[in-house]
Amino acid sequence: MHEVDMTRCLLLSMNQWKQRHAPHTPRVRRVHLQVGTFTCVEPQQLLTTWRAAVQGSWLEGVGLVIDTVPLVGRCVVCNGTYKPDPGQAYRSPCCDHPLEEIVSGRELRIRSVEYSLDTATDFTPANPLTTAAAV
Amino acid sequence: MHMPLQDTLGLNLLAANQHQADHNRDHFNAWRLLCINVMSSPGAGKTSLLERSLASLASDLAMAVLEGDMTTQLDAQRLEAVGVPVVPITTGRACHLDAAMVSGGLKLLQQRLDPASLDLLWVENVGNLVCPAEFEVGEHRKVALLSVTEGDDKPLKYPVMFREAHCVLITKTDLLPHLPVEVERIEAHIRAVNPRCTVIRVSASSGEGLDSWHGWVRAQQRAVCDPKASTGSPARASAASPSLVLS
Ligand SMILES: Nc1nc2c(ncn2[C@@H]2O[C@H](COP(=O)(O)OP(=O)(O)OP(=O)(O)O)[C@@H](O)[C@H]2O)c(=O)[nH]1
Ligand SMILES: [Mg+2]
Ligand SMILES: [Zn+2]
Repeated sequence: MHEVDMTRCLLLSMNQWKQRHAPHTPRVRRVHLQVGTFTCVEPQQLLTTWRAAVQGSWLEGVGLVIDTVPLVGRCVVCNGTYKPDPGQAYRSPCCDHPLEEIVSGRELRIRSVEYSLDTATDFTPANPLTTAAAV
Repeated sequence: MHMPLQDTLGLNLLAANQHQADHNRDHFNAWRLLCINVMSSPGAGKTSLLERSLASLASDLAMAVLEGDMTTQLDAQRLEAVGVPVVPITTGRACHLDAAMVSGGLKLLQQRLDPASLDLLWVENVGNLVCPAEFEVGEHRKVALLSVTEGDDKPLKYPVMFREAHCVLITKTDLLPHLPVEVERIEAHIRAVNPRCTVIRVSASSGEGLDSWHGWVRAQQRAVCDPKASTGSPARASAASPSLVLS
């Protein structure tokens, strides 16, 4: 389904992000996403396609952390916020006004990347003996 | 040694598609043509409506169609019969068109004609109420169709599509006398998720509502391609957050 294409977009963005660090290769630990409930994304599906897509790539084993963001609307009559009942009701319970302003819930965002830079590849190794032993 | 670091990106998850979509839109703007993305569930009547609209609008608008058909070229053949250039985009098993597919279609179209000679490019998306709403292809306007046979709860169950649409067409209204469905309820549910869109009742069979629909299309075409002549409605806008393009 469409989560496959979303994962592909995410991988493209991650590859670009990696290039920003060249010549170093960042070791990614986790990628944090924000996914609103008022989108067509099924977080579980996204996790599954991610795990399959990163296999054998530089991101293999990297965790995907998805924060879901609830749908919140603002009633433009009384200015109060409310949580619509997805699939059921979207009008404001206070004034029975349609869902005009969406405060949150449309997010499809790569929020942050947790990583480390392997300094050993950047500088002369601190202990030459370890390197020698490895040869 | 590893230093734990964190980069805050705040990047659109679909940035790669968005980038290509913006690129497509830049071309549309340079060619001064309006691009309309037509979306609905399978069989809601996209091709039937386009058959009528192409025939009717051809007198004053030069048009072409990018046809996103899952596996066959049947829809493309139906529209080509009206006498308008149609480029089929075979999507295979993809459940929506994306901006790269449309870009590929544009290249094929350019082999046949100069897009700058067009006023209006239609994109018939893959029949699906879910994800086409999230994958922009570079369109200026999104149109969602909902046929009266689908039931009045669809805008509540697939709200993103109806929220994103600039215009919602309630189709096959000629069937209303035979169905236990109230068109007012369908409209109310569309309005609940999107109070700003234009809602028009149409029937490709009886012709009901086609004049209003074509009036809407012409107005959008003027607004996007000749903004000085119109009242300045935005060239590119999501229904929820309008933003200006075109100079
Ligand atoms: N009664 C009636 N039937 C219609 C109308 N418009 C379309 N149909 C019928 O609905 C069926 C599907 O119409 P299409 O135009 O192929 O629908 P579509 O949305 O293009 O379908 P896909 O591209 O396959 O998703 C056909 O059998 C049409 O004859 C209408 O206004 N009234
Ligand atoms: Mg069709
Ligand atoms: Zn209120």
